Amino acid sequence: MNATAAALNLAPLLDVRGVSKSFRKADGDALVVLEDVNLTLRPGEIVGFLGRSGCGKSTLLRLIAGLDDPSRGVINYLGRPVGGAAAGMAMVFQSFALFPWLTVLENVQLGLEALGMPEPEMRRRALQAIDLIGLDGFESAYPRELSGGMRQRVGFARALVVHPNILLMDEPFSALDVLTAETLRNDFLNLWGEGQLPIKAVILVTHNIEEAVEMCDRLLIFSTHPARVMGEIAVDLPQPRHPDDPRFRALVDRVYVEMTAKPRGERVGPKSERFPGTGIGTTLTHVSSNVLAGLMEAVAGPPYNGKADLPAIAQELRMEIDDLFPAAEALQLLRFAEVEGGDIRLTEAGLQFTREDTDDRKKLFARHLITYVPLAAHVRRVLDERASHTAPKSRFFDELEDYMAEEGAEQTLRTIISWGRYGEVFAYDDHRQCFTLENPT
Amino acid sequence: MRLDRLPISVLRTRYVPGGWDLLAFVLVFAFFVYAAQAARGLAGSLAHLEAVPISLAPSALVGYSARTALRMLIAMSASLVFTFTYATLAAKSRRAEVLLVPLLDFLQSVPILSFSITLLFFLQLTPGRVAGAEMAAIFLIFTSQAWNMAFSFYHSLRSIPDELIEAARNFRLSPWMRFWRLEVPFAMPALIWNMMLSMSGGWFFLTVSEAINVGHTTVTLPGVGSYIALAIEQKDLAAIGWAIGAMFVVILVFDQLLFRPLTASADWFRLDQEVGLTPSHSWALTMMRRSHFLGLLARAFAALLRAGMRPGATAPAALERRASVWDAGWVDYAWYALLALIGLVALSKTAGFVLGEVRPAEIGQVVILGLITLLRVAVLIALASLIWVPIGVWIGLRPRVASIAQPIAQFLAAFPANLLFPIVISAIVLHKLDPDIWLSPLIILGTQWYILFNVIVGASALAPDLRYAAENLGVRGWLWWRRVALPSVFPFFVTGAITASGGSWNASIVAEVVSWGQQKLTAHGLGAYIAEATIQGDFQRSVLGTVVLSLFVVTLNRARRAEVPHRLKEPRPRRRP
Repeated sequence: MNATAAALNLAPLLDVRGVSKSFRKADGDALVVLEDVNLTLRPGEIVGFLGRSGCGKSTLLRLIAGLDDPSRGVINYLGRPVGGAAAGMAMVFQSFALFPWLTVLENVQLGLEALGMPEPEMRRRALQAIDLIGLDGFESAYPRELSGGMRQRVGFARALVVHPNILLMDEPFSALDVLTAETLRNDFLNLWGEGQLPIKAVILVTHNIEEAVEMCDRLLIFSTHPARVMGEIAVDLPQPRHPDDPRFRALVDRVYVEMTAKPRGERVGPKSERFPGTGIGTTLTHVSSNVLAGLMEAVAGPPYNGKADLPAIAQELRMEIDDLFPAAEALQLLRFAEVEGGDIRLTEAGLQFTREDTDDRKKLFARHLITYVPLAAHVRRVLDERASHTAPKSRFFDELEDYMAEEGAEQTLRTIISWGRYGEVFAYDDHRQCFTLENPT
Repeated sequence: MRLDRLPISVLRTRYVPGGWDLLAFVLVFAFFVYAAQAARGLAGSLAHLEAVPISLAPSALVGYSARTALRMLIAMSASLVFTFTYATLAAKSRRAEVLLVPLLDFLQSVPILSFSITLLFFLQLTPGRVAGAEMAAIFLIFTSQAWNMAFSFYHSLRSIPDELIEAARNFRLSPWMRFWRLEVPFAMPALIWNMMLSMSGGWFFLTVSEAINVGHTTVTLPGVGSYIALAIEQKDLAAIGWAIGAMFVVILVFDQLLFRPLTASADWFRLDQEVGLTPSHSWALTMMRRSHFLGLLARAFAALLRAGMRPGATAPAALERRASVWDAGWVDYAWYALLALIGLVALSKTAGFVLGEVRPAEIGQVVILGLITLLRVAVLIALASLIWVPIGVWIGLRPRVASIAQPIAQFLAAFPANLLFPIVISAIVLHKLDPDIWLSPLIILGTQWYILFNVIVGASALAPDLRYAAENLGVRGWLWWRRVALPSVFPFFVTGAITASGGSWNASIVAEVVSWGQQKLTAHGLGAYIAEATIQGDFQRSVLGTVVLSLFVVTLNRARRAEVPHRLKEPRPRRRP
């Protein structure tokens, strides 16, 4: 389908040029969440935005929908700039965003009511959409009476009923269980393939690589902090696609390679750092020490014996990229592993970790934490220098805020507290919001 | 799916009257007849009103109750209109917000008696007619109902989940449609709860709002409040008893016909299953849902609403325009400058007005009176907490008891302090007690229940797993209270205590000056100061007292609100030192 579209070279539905988005931080500095994104969407395409959560891909979707304005760049829809929520683009939400006090029918009719459509016409179209999406019989039910899958069907019907040109899907399947999500995806792809959907193109935001490969004709891969398009992959497998198909697997591998390739170079010296060398400006994503240990044990064990393919280990441990990538990166930061080319390989220290008992693991972890995580070393140094051996959290929070947004700083501190506690490098008293050196004995 | 929950728009059955219809029909028309009768007095002249004194005959109470109830309903409607406009403006406009929210905070702290100086203004609106006096009374009831409703609505509007707002915008709902389809339904549960509190507040101050007494002007409107006032003046114990009975009946009717259906339907508006004490049964709601007659009415109303929702096809796009001259930074500065200017003018006017009569030294005395009232409120809140926290926990852990206790507590919250005057005065006089101490309990008479309400809710929200775990570990006695019960109800208790203390300050105006016939007892305090100044028509002192009281309440609320701990999902383990 996308091939014909490309061949005909249809006029683009949507044209995103040089779009950036930044938010103002509390201290007035701008925080860039999205940088220089370009995209052209043509009729007949499903384009996927793939990246980790919090990477700004949902922000981009909201900019396209006209729910927010870009800081720089233009978004043209049908040749005209998007100004405010645009007709012709309807959204499906991760959390469904159904109005709990309206029935299925009333929820579906909502967008038509806003158009001021006469009642009989409105009802006809709503029932048609309900029928199409497999909700007949549920017209008078309230959302709370429905299962997650059924609720998201309402979300789809509500978006489709307004006959949008572009369907915007914001992680529509990620709040559903695996089986339900698969059913819903298949139903959607069938309807799309048969040309039954009253839409011309789809944008799918997702952090699930397999889902992206299964559904999309084209994938934009986003980096984090700030979000940039770091690669584009065309998926030219015919539908229906099967995850066991070797070509499918090869594409999944390619995505992993793409996603592990570039950020590595940037991680070593974050660009936002103002005083190179102090190194505390790295945003840390919280990963529990249990997950770190578990991942190392899995990679060290058979059949991987220290080196594993990321897609394979993701499947075995049932980890989505939102769990796997931060864990792999944390191990890399702590020099317990190296991540490259879609593979994870344990270092000597990482292998040693898996062989030790709990106490020695903690000691090894503590050593690596102090040596390789500048913020941990910094906290420890401050605590050692002070006579009271205590330091308020706010002290470090203010320092971090020079480099990152409030949530980033909060998360980074949470991470360092958790790792510090595990390695018994320092303690933290949440009641007094203070770092200390005393562990309760 | 239950049949009675089928939405009206889907039911396409033909109109067949049933048993529920008959009941609905009778009730609706009885309401119209009663409203017409109760409203007839409006057109009469004031002279006529004065010529017909309030009668203490029990039979007169039927008519009085009807008039009082109608006044309350009108005031409640006015409060709703106020809530929908004021709070919406405050929530939607950043610039309006900086003015409206603190203003609301102050209005909430002003005792209702201080508003009674507006009586003369209302009387002048319709010279010689009862309508002006009725407006004044309704306005006073309104001032005891509106503020917390507006606050609740404002907070609800600010806490609508982002994705619902985005969905509303994405599907291009017009502001009008968004209001009725998203904002009002979302705010409904909290608003209904506050309407119930407001109704109790209205009852509590009923004598003040119906028997208005400012300086040389006295207006006594026929109603339960005036009846109580007269009964107190004439020391008629039997009449007091009858008044309590009438009040009980009216509150019961309101509860059955208005609040029960509302709370039962409010469950429908909740985003998720929260723990609440709302009764999920209401025969009146069942009647409304099953009655085709009311269904027809509702459908007509819905159609009307929808007609109003029809947008101009371009309206939403036009409203979405963001970059306009109004967004410029200098407009902000101009606006704040204007507000500051208005504030300064108002301050100098008020100061000039008050200081024209009052010596500066007296301001110090008023502040000391405020401290006395503060002490009174603090001690009594502490005492009430000692009593109600354990009881509330006990009740909250037993759902069946909770469902019985809630309506009782609600009735008690509405119980006007005046009704206890005879008992309190005779006890104080008989035992020669100190009024400064023994009048104090009246101050938390109506407000202590907020502590109980909230603790009950907190205790019933306690996760069953935590209770089982505590039981399993053999945690009992004082340890159970210290480690399980008290930490889990604490955030709820704090909310209740703040509400209670705010209300107690307002109640001080009826609790610090107490009379029974010719006997009158006064306690030292800010409430007594305001009450006496207002009744004597001493506007300067009344304003001064009100300002000081507002400052006390607002400052205390602010300070304590900052301290309210975050609600915990689970009690966090304490670290040993």
